[in-house]
Amino acid sequence: MKKMKKIVALGLAATLTVASITGCGNKSGADANTFVIGGIGPLTGDAASYGISVKQGAEIAVKEINDAGGVKVGDKSIKLELKFEDDQAAPDKAVTAYNSLMDNGMNALLGCVTTGSCLSVVDLAKEDGILMITPSGSAADITKNDNVFRLCFTDPLQGETMAAHMITDLGYKKVAVIYKNSDEYSTGVYEAFAAKVEELGGTITTAEAFADGEDFNTQLTSIKGTDAEAIFAPIYYTDAAHIVTQAADLSITLPFFGSDGWDGILDTVTDKSTAEGATFLSPFFSGDPTAADFVAKYQEEYDATPDQFAADGYDVVYVFKAALEKAASTDSEALISSMTQISVDGLTGTGISFTAAGEPQKGAKFLTIKDGAYAAAE
Amino acid sequence: MGILQNILEQVINGLRSGSIYALIALGYTMVYGIAKMINFAHGDIIMVGAYALYVGITLLHLPIVAAVLFSIAVCTILGVVIERVAYKPLRSAPPLAVLITAIGVSFLLQSLSLLIFGATPIPQASIVTFEGIKIGGVSISGITIVTLIVTTICMIVLTWFIHKTKMGSAMRAVSEDKGAAELMGIDVNKTISLTFAIGSALAAIAGILYVCQYQSLRPTLGAMPGIKAFVAAVLGGIGSVPGAMLGGVILGLIESLSKAYISTELSDAIVFGILVLVLLVKPSGLLGKIRKEKV
Repeated sequence: MKKMKKIVALGLAATLTVASITGCGNKSGADANTFVIGGIGPLTGDAASYGISVKQGAEIAVKEINDAGGVKVGDKSIKLELKFEDDQAAPDKAVTAYNSLMDNGMNALLGCVTTGSCLSVVDLAKEDGILMITPSGSAADITKNDNVFRLCFTDPLQGETMAAHMITDLGYKKVAVIYKNSDEYSTGVYEAFAAKVEELGGTITTAEAFADGEDFNTQLTSIKGTDAEAIFAPIYYTDAAHIVTQAADLSITLPFFGSDGWDGILDTVTDKSTAEGATFLSPFFSGDPTAADFVAKYQEEYDATPDQFAADGYDVVYVFKAALEKAASTDSEALISSMTQISVDGLTGTGISFTAAGEPQKGAKFLTIKDGAYAAAE
Repeated sequence: MGILQNILEQVINGLRSGSIYALIALGYTMVYGIAKMINFAHGDIIMVGAYALYVGITLLHLPIVAAVLFSIAVCTILGVVIERVAYKPLRSAPPLAVLITAIGVSFLLQSLSLLIFGATPIPQASIVTFEGIKIGGVSISGITIVTLIVTTICMIVLTWFIHKTKMGSAMRAVSEDKGAAELMGIDVNKTISLTFAIGSALAAIAGILYVCQYQSLRPTLGAMPGIKAFVAAVLGGIGSVPGAMLGGVILGLIESLSKAYISTELSDAIVFGILVLVLLVKPSGLLGKIRKEKV
């Protein structure tokens, strides 16, 4: 029996050794003709819809590019490869995912999808010196390092855009806000929104905060007690789904406005009529004629309609392609410096360019929920 | 809308969540009263009840009444099985061992549902479909009415059961003195099983009401209501049935009113602060009895 144990132990040790050797092998063995794009985003958990969309959108772009012969870098053409890791939108898991991708030969990072995760890896990416482009992480601080760029709008810009839309375009005077004060994204949008509303002569009747959980009855009842004409909720779709459901239960009929986190709400609410009429910022609309080709491919591949996150993921891959072509090299430093010189026609805007501060330059679009489906806002 | 209506609506919000806390707190307090243990897996029974409803309605396409009964049956059996398998062998073990086991069972249930159903929240439509009503400018939603009626009925039936039936007397006797009850010919094992069965059935009802309210399922959904209900049970005096009811309702009201009129961030701090105050003044809780150590 003792002998048996020894043999088993030896066997285990041998397997481990082999495993660690092959592990190292993968790292150095990245093919020179392949450019590995690492992706990080939630594929499970509360925010799963975002990560899955980004991943699938990016996969379509990678396939398109590779099928067309790859990316022309200098005088040779290289293939793209996407490796995507799940972080469940948790900052600590994002760090694990980042390290595992680096071990697997990542050349550039597409990610992270959520703000908190982005913030937890920006300094690691800076140390490694790789190009990082977040499709959807919107906190201002994410792009503080020179190697980080973003495709979506920043939180403050979203807040200001929505304030201008509600006060100037739609003529609302009194707005109530419900936001998540334990979340940087939500607080960031809210603060800029409140400042802009005031600047434009509107009033915030009440700003109701929540930290966690799924009960919003108290906050909604408080909003009901004010003379607000509309509700602005800069939050993610899971919370938004709870809020519209409970608002309907409390017979609140005020129109809802949201940030880009609302995208995905229609698959989460149990009764789509509760979200009817809600308007939110979104850089992409699947009904847009220019997106028809992408939408068709996406539907064929994944049997789902792409949302803005899918479009973000898709566009980021094309930004990598443009940067690779401009730099004529796969060297991270060259890629980073070519970022400010490119202009990409993507799904989320035409002529998308990037400032040295890492911010995108493109126009804003609004989506509204009409007859239980997303539609372009008037 | 007037300030008065607003206050009334907030009070109703508080009563609704409070009555669900009370329902869950009953499970904690009954088990504590009889088995002298804190069943930390109780919150996760709520989660199982909620998922069982989802399985019944969405996957098995049962009619609503059958799905509700299915959910209650699953939880009742689960509660009894957990007691038999995990707690009964430890009946003479030190309390700490039982407590750790209960926490282990709680994680087991959460992980199982994570494995089976995944971490992504599952939407589940409410089974309560009728519209709310409006009295004098105060609107009350359908689910609130149902919650208040169902929890009130549960509490009345439970009180009647404990005080008017033979099984109820047996439960009170075991809670008073297990050894003496056994000498009087009461089947202690059966009584303890019954207690777990009733507590778990109430948790299933709480789980169903929870789904109807929030319409979304997560493997950890039982954790927060479980903790809050435990606080409610301690506040009311753990081991005391009317205490659990009172504690739940008070907790719900404080939570709702402090969220509405003081601060959403501080509401949990206020709730737990009040618990500390009550325990300082009256260590056995509002309606709890002080147990003298017998020598």
